[in-house]
Amino acid sequence: MAVKKFVVGNFEDEAVLFPAVKKVRTAGYKIHDVYTPFPVHGLDHALGLRETSLHTAGFIYGITGTTTALSCMSWIFTTDWPLNIGGKPHLPLPAFIPITFELTVLFSAVGMVLTFCYLCQLAPFVKKHIFNPRQTDDKFVMAIELTEKTNVEELKNFLTAAGAKDVHEQTAETGWWLGRFDRDDMVFNKPVAPLNA
Amino acid sequence: MHLKYESTLREPLVDGVKDYHQVTEDIIRPIEAKPGKLWYVGFFISLTLLGFGAFSVFWQIYFGVGVWNLNKTIGWGWDITNFVWWVGIGHAGTLISAILLLFRQGWRTGVNRAAEAMTIFAVMCAGQFPIIHMGRVWMAFFILPYPNTRGPVWVNFNSPLLWDVFAISTYFTVSLLFWYSGLLPDFATIRDRAKTKLRKLLYGIASFGWTGSTKHWQRHEALSLVLAGLSTPLVLSVHTIVSFDFATSVIPGWHTTIFPPYFVAGAIFSGFAMVQTLLIITRKILNLEDYITIGHMEAMNKVIVLTGSIVGCAYLTELFMAWYSAVPYEFDTFYKFRAAGPLGWSYWIMMTCNVISPQVFWFTKMRRNVMVTFVMSIIVNIGMWFERFVIICTSLYRDYIPSSWSYYTPSWPEVGFYLGTFGLFFTCYFLFAKYFPVIAVAEIKHVLKTSGENYKNEMVKYEEESAEKFAHDVAHAH
Repeated sequence: MAVKKFVVGNFEDEAVLFPAVKKVRTAGYKIHDVYTPFPVHGLDHALGLRETSLHTAGFIYGITGTTTALSCMSWIFTTDWPLNIGGKPHLPLPAFIPITFELTVLFSAVGMVLTFCYLCQLAPFVKKHIFNPRQTDDKFVMAIELTEKTNVEELKNFLTAAGAKDVHEQTAETGWWLGRFDRDDMVFNKPVAPLNA
Repeated sequence: MHLKYESTLREPLVDGVKDYHQVTEDIIRPIEAKPGKLWYVGFFISLTLLGFGAFSVFWQIYFGVGVWNLNKTIGWGWDITNFVWWVGIGHAGTLISAILLLFRQGWRTGVNRAAEAMTIFAVMCAGQFPIIHMGRVWMAFFILPYPNTRGPVWVNFNSPLLWDVFAISTYFTVSLLFWYSGLLPDFATIRDRAKTKLRKLLYGIASFGWTGSTKHWQRHEALSLVLAGLSTPLVLSVHTIVSFDFATSVIPGWHTTIFPPYFVAGAIFSGFAMVQTLLIITRKILNLEDYITIGHMEAMNKVIVLTGSIVGCAYLTELFMAWYSAVPYEFDTFYKFRAAGPLGWSYWIMMTCNVISPQVFWFTKMRRNVMVTFVMSIIVNIGMWFERFVIICTSLYRDYIPSSWSYYTPSWPEVGFYLGTFGLFFTCYFLFAKYFPVIAVAEIKHVLKTSGENYKNEMVKYEEESAEKFAHDVAHAH
């Protein structure tokens, strides 16, 4: 994974963060990500993120569950082992409804959670870079990726003017890797190659 | 023209003037501190109960189901009573977290985490009863449909008991996923505040590497909403299916179409009562009165009086139908054996606890009184336990053949098993209260600005200013 440089602006309030996101985007800077301690509604739109398709995935998993349940039960009771239970029909659809419903829900829920973890790259022992330890507490953190053309001082001043309380430069590895949060982050200790090299 | 819209402000969901950091401090501090004496006392009592329960279960498995006082007439006793009761307890958790999320009820944020935990522990307790009741517990995997080596022998998909297997296991899985996905951001908060290496490691593993990225939050919200949408019919289906265990049979007192809605209402009724019991203790011990407010308790008490009245209505409907249908067996079950037979005392305990006493919650003063709520929550739980006991035992103890009529009292392993599940439930809850954030930190922060004390003060100030401005404008217009 590439080691990259970021300018990180910490905001105290989401009301300041919103116009700042807009200003930064208008100025043409590339926002790597914004980290918030709770979901800030509308921030995804402000950042220009696309809507998630997780719902669609959930629907597909759901109908997979429905089909699995119905086809399995019908096959078992009509073909594999057509047992006579109290003279009841071999294909009692009303009696199949509860299990069909439960499997629909089960497949959908489990599938969606796994997809969510996959898309967000979340799993036990996954360790990601934390720009500010208080981004999960009360700070709203905007990380802007630096390119060769970025004037760092200008960007810092720009962020301060936009309302960031504390602006500084950080080096971080993008993407993810496995790691433990109790160990020191090795990226900070690595010498960083100059950006223009 | 004097047209001014006046809105009465809602009660704040978070008392006291707080900022985001203060919320984190208040909720996470108990996790970082050493547990108090009360915690140890409670935890060890729970462990003792759990131990006794384990011994009772061992005794039953070793000697067989015969050590229970079940007989040919009463084949289901305390075990299934407790199963249905525990499943019912679990329902409030999903109701609070899923249905109230869909209905955009802000007050759920203070209580949802603990209620969901309660759901999971209650379902864990419930599931044991039918499994242990099988007798040969090591054969429990026979209830799962899978291709096997015993020839093409499959489970009976027509049986409500098999529907239960699917319903309860799906319910448990989905509740667990819902609960845990909500916990990820809060675990990350604890991880990032952690001072010790061990805490950082454990919460680092538990938080799955959550960072609070906007994209992650967007997906997380989508996930929660769809899981809520899935859990809402799920929670209704689970107790409906549990009620089918009875309703699809031909036993007088069981064979009724009112069972599904009546069981669901009863489940929510007892579930909310258990949430009240737990949260009143939790808020007191962990000093969370600002987050679990009297307003929260009042809202839950309103649900209790509503569902309690639905349950009461169902009891009366059953009595009416027993008379109106003119089926002698039904009539005898309801009027002779339930209300007046040898087990009639249980029927009247049920009526008093479930129908009469919750009516005190029509009075605002009672709804907002912590002591009354606490006592009522326990009464309701006792009442709902007796409801299940009445349905099962008073329908079975007088069957179609008078020669097989009998009476039923539990044996010590039955009581021990029930106490053991209390032990399990409270052991889990104590561990939860110590190591997990009992209130959803991120969700509280989300509603803080729009329904905290700060917001309320600002709104009052704004209203006063605009009223002054209005008076000023009116005075100058003339």
